[in-house]
Amino acid sequence: MEYLWGGIQGAAVLIIGLDSEVFRTVLLSLRISLTATLIASLVGIPLGFLISTHEFPLKRPTITFFNTLLSLPTVVVGLFLYSLLSRRGPLGPLSLLFTPTAMVIGQFILATPIIVALTIAAIQAMDPRAKITAMTLGAGPFRTALTVLSEARFALTAAVIAGFGRVIAEVGTAMMVGGNIRGYTRIMTTAIALETAKGEFAFALSLGFILLFVAFSINILFHYLQAKRG
Amino acid sequence: MNKKKYVIVMVLALCILSFASFVSARERLKLSTTTSTENSGLLYELLPPFEKQFKVKVDVISVGTGKALKLGENGDADVVLVHARELEDKFVADGFGVNRRDVMHNDFVIIGPTTDPAGIGKTKTAAEALKRIAKQKSPFVSRGDKSGTHNKELSLWKEAQVTPLGSWYIESGRGMGEVLIMAHEKRAYTLTDRGTYLAFQKEGKITLPVLFEGDPTLFNPYGIIAVNPDRQPSVNYVMAMALIGWVTSPGGQKIIAEYGKGKYGAPLFYPDAIKSPK
Repeated sequence: MEYLWGGIQGAAVLIIGLDSEVFRTVLLSLRISLTATLIASLVGIPLGFLISTHEFPLKRPTITFFNTLLSLPTVVVGLFLYSLLSRRGPLGPLSLLFTPTAMVIGQFILATPIIVALTIAAIQAMDPRAKITAMTLGAGPFRTALTVLSEARFALTAAVIAGFGRVIAEVGTAMMVGGNIRGYTRIMTTAIALETAKGEFAFALSLGFILLFVAFSINILFHYLQAKRG
Repeated sequence: MNKKKYVIVMVLALCILSFASFVSARERLKLSTTTSTENSGLLYELLPPFEKQFKVKVDVISVGTGKALKLGENGDADVVLVHARELEDKFVADGFGVNRRDVMHNDFVIIGPTTDPAGIGKTKTAAEALKRIAKQKSPFVSRGDKSGTHNKELSLWKEAQVTPLGSWYIESGRGMGEVLIMAHEKRAYTLTDRGTYLAFQKEGKITLPVLFEGDPTLFNPYGIIAVNPDRQPSVNYVMAMALIGWVTSPGGQKIIAEYGKGKYGAPLFYPDAIKSPK
């Protein structure tokens, strides 16, 4: 019990006191996860749109494939990426292992299937007349796509939030391809893992509360944007 | 429509900017090392003066000794600081590393519940102590992660001619700190380096006492090795050698000798490159 209370108090002290190391760790977490979510959205939403609005052979298996990727274990992504990025791997010359960029790539791989799958679900659940109406009103394919996506914006925002939620909370990939280097690739989740390993439970808990607080603020921001545009 | 284009351009610019900011101009050196050196906090004192003097950022990747050497072998680290002499010699003999230097030592101790149910306090050798633990089937937490400590433990079991097997033998696969906590929670025995043990015990994270110590086989030396640039041309060899120079210099050795004296009442490591650094 004292751990919990100490954790809450510690979190408050760290937030109010703007502890510079914690602050930088939070910032790095956000930068990596937001970048990954952004790229995943730029890839995932159009991809989900194309899959759900076009008929092609193997459409069902493709959707099943993306749904399966939702349960991709983070350590498997980490391991896979690690073997690609290691000096011994095919992408070794890029010198990306143990860099924030490697972590962005890993989180991108984790977030994209979620955004694709939820985009497909969102567009399939829509009234198909939106697309037909837009087309009869003379809209081109790009304009039609924008109309359809704009109609589905609530569900799409939810897809992006789900993608972000997955990556801001994950530790496996970040630990393996980031290496948890202090001041360089140490993010909230890997810092929590390290502090737990060092037996600093109260400090680890404080970081946990800060992570929750940050995720909460980001979600509020997303919802605010959604409401404003809606 | 224009507004939308503007938003898209802004988003892309932001994306590129955040990527660009990851690329830092400062020279970097990747040091793979063991969890015991990082968990003890020594590196936070030892590295900053070096980073300042040589204008380099040292990226510390702390894993078990086995993995630390593997990172060097694959060229994913520039220099390794580990503690498993046989593995280190093999690493150098196989051509993966060059210029190994002794850095420091401490020793391993066996800790366990105050009641000492296996009675290892009265034994003469570490192997005999382990034999008793196995015979009593007293819980024993093993690192089980191919670290230097794990290697030492395995060689002791071999010496004791016991194959540890059964529900009493807990293969955790965790770092030193986690294993200490686990042993504390489970009231189990474990083998630990004295440095990490002292750091945890003095801060009240664990209460288990040292039950066996002093056997010469429990000597725990640390070595630093540069990754062979002939094998891995991409490594930062010059800076790796500069770091080896720093940790074995009077300045570096003095930091090692002093570390922990104030906080824990005893040094956590003893310098080996220069015995009494001024």
